[in-house]
Amino acid sequence: MARMKFLCDVERCIDCNGCVVACKEGNQVPVGINRRRVVTINAGRPGEKSISVACMHCSDAPCIAVCPVNAIYQREDGIVLVNKDICIGCGYCFMACPFGAPQFPKGDTFGARGAMDKCTFCAGGPAKDFSEKERRLYGQNRIAEGKPPLCAAMCATKALLAGDGDVIADIYRKRVFRRGSGANAWGWERAYKGR
Amino acid sequence: MAREKIVSFSRLSDSSKALRTTLNPKLVRRSFLKLAGAAAALSGIALAPRMTRKVLAGTDMAKRKAYPGSKIVRTICTHCSVGCGIYAEVQNGVWVRQEVAFDHPLSRGGHCCKGASAIDMVTSEKRLKGPMKRSGGQWKRLSWDQALNEVCGKLLEIREKYGPDAVHWNGSAKVSNEMAYLQRKLAAFWGTNNIDHQARICHSTTVAGVANTWGYGAMTNNVNDIRHSRLIFMIGSNAAEAHPVAMQHILYAKEVNNAPMIVVDPRFTKTAAKATDYVRIRSGTDTAFVMGLVNQIIENGWYDKEFVRTRVAGFSEMRRVARKYTPQVVEEITGVPASEVTRIAKLMAEHRPGTVIWCMGGTQHSIGSSNTRAYCILQLVLGNMGVSGGGANIFRGHDNVQGATDMCVLSHSLPAYYGIKDGSWKHWCRVWGVDYDWMKSRFHSKEYMNKKGFTLGRWYEGVIQEDKIDQYTPIKAVVFWGCASNSQSMYHKLKKALDKLELVVVIDPFPTMTAAACEKDNIYLLPCSSQYETSGSLTSTSRQLQWRYKVVDPVHDCKDDYEIMAEFTRRFGCADRFYKNLKKIPEDITRELGRGSLTIGYNGQTPERIKKHTDNWHTFDIDTLQAKGGPCDGEYYGLPWPCWTETHPGTPILYDISKPVAKGGLPFRARFGIKHTYDDGRTEDLLAAPGVANPGSEVMGGYPEFKDIVPGTNWKTDLSQKTIKEALRRGMAPFGNAKARCVVWNFPDKVPIHREPIHSPRPDLIARYPTYEDKPKQYRVYTRFKSEQKTDWVKEFPLILTTGRLVEYMGGGAETRSNKYLAELQPNMFAEINIKLANDHGIRDGDMVWIESPNGGKIKVMAKISDRVDEKTIFLPFHFGGIFMGRSLAANYPKGTIPYAIGEAANVVTNYGYDIVTQMQETKTGLCKITKA
Repeated sequence: MARMKFLCDVERCIDCNGCVVACKEGNQVPVGINRRRVVTINAGRPGEKSISVACMHCSDAPCIAVCPVNAIYQREDGIVLVNKDICIGCGYCFMACPFGAPQFPKGDTFGARGAMDKCTFCAGGPAKDFSEKERRLYGQNRIAEGKPPLCAAMCATKALLAGDGDVIADIYRKRVFRRGSGANAWGWERAYKGR
Repeated sequence: MAREKIVSFSRLSDSSKALRTTLNPKLVRRSFLKLAGAAAALSGIALAPRMTRKVLAGTDMAKRKAYPGSKIVRTICTHCSVGCGIYAEVQNGVWVRQEVAFDHPLSRGGHCCKGASAIDMVTSEKRLKGPMKRSGGQWKRLSWDQALNEVCGKLLEIREKYGPDAVHWNGSAKVSNEMAYLQRKLAAFWGTNNIDHQARICHSTTVAGVANTWGYGAMTNNVNDIRHSRLIFMIGSNAAEAHPVAMQHILYAKEVNNAPMIVVDPRFTKTAAKATDYVRIRSGTDTAFVMGLVNQIIENGWYDKEFVRTRVAGFSEMRRVARKYTPQVVEEITGVPASEVTRIAKLMAEHRPGTVIWCMGGTQHSIGSSNTRAYCILQLVLGNMGVSGGGANIFRGHDNVQGATDMCVLSHSLPAYYGIKDGSWKHWCRVWGVDYDWMKSRFHSKEYMNKKGFTLGRWYEGVIQEDKIDQYTPIKAVVFWGCASNSQSMYHKLKKALDKLELVVVIDPFPTMTAAACEKDNIYLLPCSSQYETSGSLTSTSRQLQWRYKVVDPVHDCKDDYEIMAEFTRRFGCADRFYKNLKKIPEDITRELGRGSLTIGYNGQTPERIKKHTDNWHTFDIDTLQAKGGPCDGEYYGLPWPCWTETHPGTPILYDISKPVAKGGLPFRARFGIKHTYDDGRTEDLLAAPGVANPGSEVMGGYPEFKDIVPGTNWKTDLSQKTIKEALRRGMAPFGNAKARCVVWNFPDKVPIHREPIHSPRPDLIARYPTYEDKPKQYRVYTRFKSEQKTDWVKEFPLILTTGRLVEYMGGGAETRSNKYLAELQPNMFAEINIKLANDHGIRDGDMVWIESPNGGKIKVMAKISDRVDEKTIFLPFHFGGIFMGRSLAANYPKGTIPYAIGEAANVVTNYGYDIVTQMQETKTGLCKITKA
């Protein structure tokens, strides 16, 4: 069984926010909720790097472990989803998540918010496939259509990869290998500093 | 970054509540887990992680559809000139979602944030819902009939009273080729050359400089071809924000070819973040830097001697000029260390073929037409022209600015660069099937038929006349047909003009800033549909033509551009003549414009062929853009012009002599005569050297252009196209085979030389590198050069002002700032300020500051402390509008159409200053001062 994973190639990510808007437009995510975001470090300085981050669909997901009402679950393919009918909006998953993935549609502070919302890997939710309810609460169910998530599919530079972890790891490995030696190799600057 | 974006975004969240669909579902409490879900359906199919494979085709998954009965329409993104493919999924006449065009040969499914929300152009709540006019300070809804009657009636009245030149038309780079062509034709039928569009302020200096170097003024290679480059040299281009999908191919070359990626820019851009080498130059010193590189390449013997001998003219004259730009001189002018100049030159010599990419950072200067020629000379001495992986890869701006430029929605030319001389008018009158004398009668006088009109950058002077105008009447009416006003510099003067005009007409899907900035009862808004609600061809920056299919019918009470044009011409009483050959719209227009546009070979691209390419875009190879098998076998994607005949495959790389002309090869164009005697008395043969020609050419060496095959005509004017076919039959280029020239003797600076910007921060250099003498009659207006360039500006205005793009927005931003998701990412207008400068002025991140220009403009914007700029430079994005010199104009928009993000227009503070040849506005270099608000 394949396990679904995201991988963002930081040598390719240009901080164009295509992934962010593809997600929002495709799933009609409300303004203020960020299932995905692009984080940039060292902006404007040599060494500037950007990376697109969303729910990592962890194999051993801390959010599932801490959810007091068992609203969060993992599918066989590794996609972590939340059942919004069960979620009580406590925010415990937000504290547990190392990536800040869980979002809360209403209010800014603890206690005053609705059910948790996060990246679904474009796999919809527990409601019936393609139902109005699924679309309204979770967005598209592209996985059920046999299609990849919008963010990666629409990535301008093919930095963001999504799919079977083994397959995307292989693509990335080949990409790094092909970059070869010189300025593009990983760790080159560290290993050959001053040369 | 992302956090910061979210926190600062509070204004939008309330207004868009109604749009939320992902809601809290506490109404029905039901526990239902779907653990297996679609997982079973996934087995056996990898999730197309390489994103180059169409997942749907031929699998059982195709049967499971989220939108039963929907169909996919192939169309093209309406934002930038890269030309990304879009799959629009349409169900029951409604565009329900964007699918991923994995098999598009350019974009491979990729989009930036603008393209990823292309659907918003149709669904945005901020669209104009029907025609309107301002009356008694209030917006009033009109019927189309009433609106058109009033607008056309007033236009005719003004024409009657003041003459045809009292109306200025601003056309568009955002419409199809067919529509752009009709816009230029309309101005002709109206009887004026006062028509212009965005290309004037985007790449006019490129077109002039580059065409005068080797024949055509367009990008020579194509975006995909960069995959073959061994080096990428980007100067004044921020592709990561302006052409994000092009970066797919640039980064591929960087990774796979281990190509050095050199970014030359005053600002450390997101593109610079991906570079291997970043060079920070002082804004406006491109020519000095590039001529410095040329000098190093020549003096060290790194230049391509054989290429220069056989295919380059004026080399020794150019060399004498380049010699003055020693590394030390370059360092003094540009600020780039002398050693860097030599190092970069060596890098370029060692990695061939390399490509040179430039954009508005290079063009928007008073010496823009020298900058662009300097870039060409660099490629010529390196021998990088006419080869795959090399070339002058000029990235154009708007989605169809290449096409609209080719259709010459410009005040100095008729379509396809024919100019406005008698012969040009006669040529197009023949194509249109109208009598030349009738056409002449439409104009004020014959003189005005051959006289260049006002430009987009300076038309407002025709109204306010602060600089003396050279026309019998002031301008009384302006029509903005798909054109933002806040993209023009000196916006505070332009606003004055808007308030003084008798009539302002905006034809646009959105009200644009014009609707808010014009505060008198003289304005009409005619809502045209977006380009997804109509169809036609468009030309990408790579000279490829794609067919943009109509996705849905016009929404609200909008009409598409063709329909509005028909209504205009009917009311002007010239519809019969105007539509003589045009029955089927838009296809007949494609045929008519092709029949006349022989100079640039638009004649081979019939509407049927263009559609065939778009319908079969999946059959084209990503590396060569050539179709392998299928209905387009052997042809290049989009039939890149020139496409000489209806069987020609298109020309993917200009001036490539390795291929026969009939197979997409070409030499340099013979456009400048056979011989030339330079100022020093040397006479040079301008045709290519013996032995240099395309394979299969009857003449192995240089030859002049073809003429008199049909007596009295040449290849450009022979409408039977026999001349072109005869040339191809003989294996030769219709336009001849010549050398590219380093010396452009018809320009003020024959060889590019550095001149300080009009508003220079270096008074010491103004004396040594002064600007030009004033030009009293430049495009019908007095343009100041020397009298504006003062050495003491810098005392009061010590900082350099430069402007640029943000990835989230496009142009004047009317469309993109009306998109809630894009506005969420960039809610505020800002000024990038270096930390040292900010601390010296007591400014902290997020503070409001006043920025003032020497020309009387000032804006109040948010300070953004950033390392992207140096301590002497302020950077402003130019997409904002809706606030004017500290005063919000939000109340001036029609109800419900205020964009989600409004802000000060940067062009209020961009300075006076224009290119000597094309009147390009100097918005990339100016002076300003900054104070805490």
